Formats: sequence, structure tokens, C-alpha cells
Amino acid sequence: MEQFLQQIINGISLGSIYALIALGYTMVYGIIKLINFAHCDVYMLGAYVGYLCMTSFHLGFLPSMLIAMVFCIVVGITIEKIAYRPLRNATRIAVLITAIGVSLFIEYGTMFFVKADIRSYPPLTGFMTQTFKLGDINITMQQVIIFVVTILLMVLLQFVVKRTKIGKAMRAVSLDRDAAELMGISVDTTISFTFALGSALAGAAGVLVGIYYNSINPLMGVLPGLKAFVAAVFGGIGIIPGAMIGGYFIGTVEVMVAGYGNSMFKDAVVFAILILILIVKPSGLLGKETREKV
Amino acid sequence: MKNEIKMNRIKKLVALLLAFGVVQLLVSVGILNDYIMATVSTIGINIILAVSLNLITGFTGQFSLGHAGFMSIGAYTCAIITLRNPTTSGFVAGVFAGALMAALVGFVVGLPTLRLRGDYLAIATLGMAEIIRIVFLNLDITNGAAGLSNIPEFTNWMWLFIFTSGTVLIVTNFINSSHGRACISIREDEIAADAMGINSTRYKVTAFVIGAFFAGIAGALYASRFYVLKPDAFGFLKSIDILVIVVLGGLGSISGSIIAAILLAIITSYLQSFPEIRMVIYSVTLIVIMLFRPQGLMGSEELSKSMFKKWGRLLNRKDGGVA
Repeated sequence: MEQFLQQIINGISLGSIYALIALGYTMVYGIIKLINFAHCDVYMLGAYVGYLCMTSFHLGFLPSMLIAMVFCIVVGITIEKIAYRPLRNATRIAVLITAIGVSLFIEYGTMFFVKADIRSYPPLTGFMTQTFKLGDINITMQQVIIFVVTILLMVLLQFVVKRTKIGKAMRAVSLDRDAAELMGISVDTTISFTFALGSALAGAAGVLVGIYYNSINPLMGVLPGLKAFVAAVFGGIGIIPGAMIGGYFIGTVEVMVAGYGNSMFKDAVVFAILILILIVKPSGLLGKETREKV
Repeated sequence: MKNEIKMNRIKKLVALLLAFGVVQLLVSVGILNDYIMATVSTIGINIILAVSLNLITGFTGQFSLGHAGFMSIGAYTCAIITLRNPTTSGFVAGVFAGALMAALVGFVVGLPTLRLRGDYLAIATLGMAEIIRIVFLNLDITNGAAGLSNIPEFTNWMWLFIFTSGTVLIVTNFINSSHGRACISIREDEIAADAMGINSTRYKVTAFVIGAFFAGIAGALYASRFYVLKPDAFGFLKSIDILVIVVLGGLGSISGSIIAAILLAIITSYLQSFPEIRMVIYSVTLIVIMLFRPQGLMGSEELSKSMFKKWGRLLNRKDGGVA
């Protein structure tokens, strides 16, 4: 039982990170129907900027995370402007291939500059090294921070999407782009803003992963990115609460498989879940069936 | 009309035999060294991979990101068979067993997932390739992460030529058949194709299985050419490599795939010592092609006599303008 609860705690920490990344995928997909393959590399860049802030400028955790988030916002908007905007009316396959191209470019461009070696985050100091004990269950301060930051960001996101004018514009554009444009909404600005929001969350996730797992490398985004996408599909792509639920579910499943089964197969299980969902309910957990119109 | 078709066939056959003979002669005389032959082998294998992926993605319009998975099945099957039976007949059996295994997996995976549209299919096939890779990583018979080594070498110019030209011929003939037309109609508009009475799922699965079959052949040739097999060689990046060839050549152009496979193999062999730069150049190429020439080098056209004539006319016009 203790072990089970411990695994749940670990699963929630990992799930928080997946959920943060999945939110970016799901928002972008909701608004321009594109799997933004480059999203996972924005997350990687966030981790590297956090690393740079902490080692070279000796900043604390919070300022590093904020700087990483701002940096990722700039990267996200730039990617959208350069690579995706010219293809707004191109075929889906063309945009998807461009996204893969951008993803590879960021990965190997970063690798060219920082080399492929694994780097480790500086050891944590002060209150961040604390561990809470609940019976036999250990909860580290990092896990608490990850959880709290994730929940805060999600509440903030919900607020932006549901209560602000630009959030309303986002929802309108994802519902019907042409109609939104006719109502005077600037579609380009709204899409840029969506990329900015998603990238900020990815940047935060990058720094959180840095303090949690300690090691970062230029290809660190690939697998978490795919899994976060699975999470987004699981919850119903385009639906924000779906991405959160999906993230926590995938994180917990992965930790459980690693803890009770064979850790070599944890990735395979996640992908098997993906294929199963796509077969049973392609619209995802919270998704609604949509009729195809000709 | 009939005579013309016959003449065309004979011309094709003569051209093929000539190409084969010339290279075979050069190999036996020793002008083409091992290094060049390794590049030629890569080109042949990449042509098979690209043409088979083009059938799935370019002609049937189903975006697959898991081609390396099928290739790895073919490679491992052939390697396991030839390691136990290192004879030419064992090799041929291995190639076909590998291709059939890949086709079988393609069928099992394709039947449920091909109901999905576009992006979902891409992700499902990507997931499938990852699962295949992880399974190979954990099986005893494939020797896990260390992989198989000392695989007997059978892939020579003759086998390479037979399988490459065979693939191109069969896929071209498939596309020109009524089945191929059905596949193209699915690419153009699936709903309309359905409405015209085409069983779209059946044709999608057919194209997918044929594509997987030839990817298996390519994998088998690869295994028997490069001595060692590791699961890592068949990851997501390999699938992307194949996709880049198809996209660069033009989705829906067989000759485009062939030209792109040759071009990229030559570029790659020059960039061999800088793997990082190679990937940066690859990715920039992908983005630039998609931004400025989304239809690829050839578009969906094939290299033909009339195309050369068109180019000739264009050139002449330019010359006239200068004068």
C-alpha cells in the first residue's frame, strides 16, 4: 500500500509535467489543427535557459523559470511567424512536415551549440531540499513545487481562456476561424497568442523537469513530447481540461508500469494506450463525436 | 497502339539490362570501389523505402511516420534467418520472410488505424514504430540493445538491382492499375471516393500492406549489407529520413523519389563526418522545401520525354530573350 501511494505521488509529479506540455499541444491543435512537433523542443529550450540562468547568473528557481518562460514565448511566436504562418492555407501534410523540420532544426541546432552531452542542473539549496514524511511515504519539496506550480499555471490558463477578451477570441477562432475573422477578431494575433501561452507552459515544464530529474540534453524533449501528445489525445485533443486529465493519467500509468512491471516497456505501454484510444474513441475522453459534413 | 506499348516495354527492358550490365562490368573490373558501392547500396535501399512510402503517403494520401518500423522487421527477420542458414537460398528466403512479416504487421496495424484520418494516423504509426523498436530492444532472439552482428553479406549489386527495379516496376504497375487509381482517388477526396463506391478502407490497407512489404525487403537488404543491426538504427529519425526523400522528390512521383534518393545519398556521403550539421541541413531543407516548393522537386509528375521537351522549350525561350 505504501509503495502504491508512493508511486501515485511520483506519478502525479511526472503527470504534472506531461500535463503542462500537453496543454500546449492541445491549444495549438484546437486553434489551427496542427500537431506542433516543435513544441517538445520549446520545452527542451526552456530547460536549457533555466540551466543557463541557474549556473551562469546564479539566479534562484523562480526567476529562472520566469526567464525561461519569457524566452519560450519569444521562440514560440517566432516559430509560428516564420514556419507556420506562410502555410496557413497549405495542405495539412505540408504544415505537419514543416513542423517536423522545425523540430529537428531546433534539436540539432541546439546540439550544435551546446554539444550533445548530458548536463546536470545545479544541486538545490535551502528549503528546496526538504523531504516530507507521511508514514512511509516520502514527498520531496521538488514534487510539491512541481505540483503547486502546475496547478497555479493551470488556474491562470483557465482564467485567461475563460475570462479575458483574448481568451474569448481564442475560443472563437478555434470554433470557426472565418466567422471569427468576420466578427473583427484578428486571427493572426490570436494564433500568436495561443503559441505564446503554450510555449510559456512548456518552458515552465522544462525548468521543472530540470530540478526534478537533474539531467538535460538536446533530445530530452522527444519522448516526453510524444507522451504529452498521447495525453492530449487521451483527454480529447483541443480540450483544455482533457489535456490536464490526460497528462496526469499518462504520468501515473508510466510510473506504475515502471514500478510494478518492466521499466523497459513503459514507453511501449504509453503508445499502446494511444493506439487503443484511437481505435475505441478517437475523439478522446472528453471529446464529443462530430459528424462529418461534405 | 498495342505495338507501341510493346515497344515501350522492350525499350524499358533494354535500358534496365544496360544499366545493370554497365555497373556490373565496372564492379568486376574494379573501377567502383567498396566505398562507392556502399553508397550505391544505400541509394538502392533508400529508393525501395521511398517508393514504398510514396505509395502510402504520396499516392494514397495516408501520412505514415512508421516506415522504419516495417524496415526493422524485415531486417531482423532476414538477419535471424541468414545467421542460421548462411546460403543464397537462405538469403532469398530471409528477404521474402522479412517482407511477409512486415506486410503481416502492416495488415494487423493498418486495419484498425487506417480508419483514422491524417494526423491521427501519423501519430498512430509513429507509436507503432516505437513499440516495434522497444520490442526488439527487449527480445532475446534480437539480442536486445547490443543488436545482431556478423550477419553474412549477400546483398551485392545483382540482388540490389533485382529488388530495386522490381519494387519500382511493381509499384508503378500497381499505381497504373485500377487499384492504384482507386488509391489516388482516395488521396484526392476520400468522401467522394466512398460515394463512388470505392471501398476506401480496403484500398488504404492494400496500399499500406504493399508499402510495408517493400519496406521489409529494403530492411532485409540493409541487414545483409551492413553486417550489424541495432534497434536504435530504426527510430523516429529513420522514418523521417525516408519521409524527407519522398517529400523532396515530390509526393506522388516515383521518379521524384528515385532522384531524391540519389541526391540525398550523395549529399549524405559528403556530410558523413559531420552528423550534427547533416541533421541541421536536413531540417532546413525540409522547411525550405515546404515553404517555397511544397510539391517537391518533381511535384506529382513523372520524368518523361514530354517533360524534357518542355524544359527544352523553356531554355530556348530564355536564350531568345537574352539575344
